Amino acid sequence: MKTRVYVTLKNGVLDPQGKAIHHALEGLGFAGVNDVRAGKLIELDLEPGVPDEQVEEMCRKLLANTVIENFRIERAEAAA
Amino acid sequence: MRSAVIVFPGSNCDRDMAEALRLVTGRAPDMVWHRESALPDRVDLVAIPGGFSYGDYLRSGAMAAQSPVMRAVREAAERGVPVLGVCNGFQVLTEAHLLPGALMRNAGISFVCRDVPLRVENSQSIFTSRYEAGEEIVIPVAHHDGNYQADAETLDRLEGEGRIVFRYTGECNGSARDIAGIVNEAGNVLGMMPHPERAVEDAHGRTDGRRLFEGLMEAVSQPA
Repeated sequence: MKTRVYVTLKNGVLDPQGKAIHHALEGLGFAGVNDVRAGKLIELDLEPGVPDEQVEEMCRKLLANTVIENFRIERAEAAA
Repeated sequence: MRSAVIVFPGSNCDRDMAEALRLVTGRAPDMVWHRESALPDRVDLVAIPGGFSYGDYLRSGAMAAQSPVMRAVREAAERGVPVLGVCNGFQVLTEAHLLPGALMRNAGISFVCRDVPLRVENSQSIFTSRYEAGEEIVIPVAHHDGNYQADAETLDRLEGEGRIVFRYTGECNGSARDIAGIVNEAGNVLGMMPHPERAVEDAHGRTDGRRLFEGLMEAVSQPA
C-alpha cells in the first residue's frame, strides 16, 4: 500500500535551497513568485495493516529531523 | 590513552583523525567499523570523524546515527567516556540526539573550505583546557552542512550553561549565534564543524588543533 511522507522545513527555518531556487526562477524571468520552500517526498510501499502510529514513528525516528522539519503522512485509500 | 575512531562508509577524515591521535597520544587508535556492536574495552576517547557517511543520504549524519556502532557510542557517552565528533561527526551526534540542534545547508549554499578564526568561549571543558578563554585560534573547515540551528530556548540554554565551546569570529555558514562547537550537558561530548585534526603538525601550516588532543590526553589520564 502506497504511503507518501512529505518532509518540509518548519516555518521560520531558513531554507537556503528554496532561496536559491527562488533566485533562479527570477533569473528565468518568472514574475510573481513570493517565496520558495524545498522539501522531500518519500514514498513507502507498506504491507496492508501497518498502523498509522507506526508510520508516524518512522517519521520521528528517521525520515524527518523534527528539530527543523515537519512531516505529513498521506496514505492511499485501500483499493475498492 | 586508548582511543577509537569510528569508520562509516563514506568517512574520509578517519585516517587524518587516527594520525592526529597517534601523533599526540603516542598510540594508534583502534579503527571501529560501523557494523560493530561494541567498542574496544576500556576506551578513553571515541572520535567520530568527518566525511560523507552513507553519502549524506536523507540528511547528513542521519543514516550513520542509526548504525549498530552508535548504540555502543551512546552507552559509552552515558558512562562519561569523552566523545569527539568533527564535521560529519558533529552531524552524526546531533542526528543521534547526543547533542541538541541540527546542522543545515550553509546559508550561502556553497561548500565552505578554508581556514577560519574561532574564539574559544569555554576553556573549562575537557576538550579545551589547554586553551585560554577568549583566545582566538585558526582551524580549517570543509563542509556543506555546517549551519547550526536550534530553537531560541535551546540556544539560550547552551549560552547560559557555557556549552558553546567554539564560536566563529566572522561569518562562516549562517550558524545561529556563530556556533562552531558545543558540548552536551555532562560536558563529555563535543561536536564541532572545524577540523582540529587538520592542524596538529607544522606541515599542516597550523597547529592550533593540537592542544585539543593534548588537553584530552591530560583529562583522561587524571583519576576521576
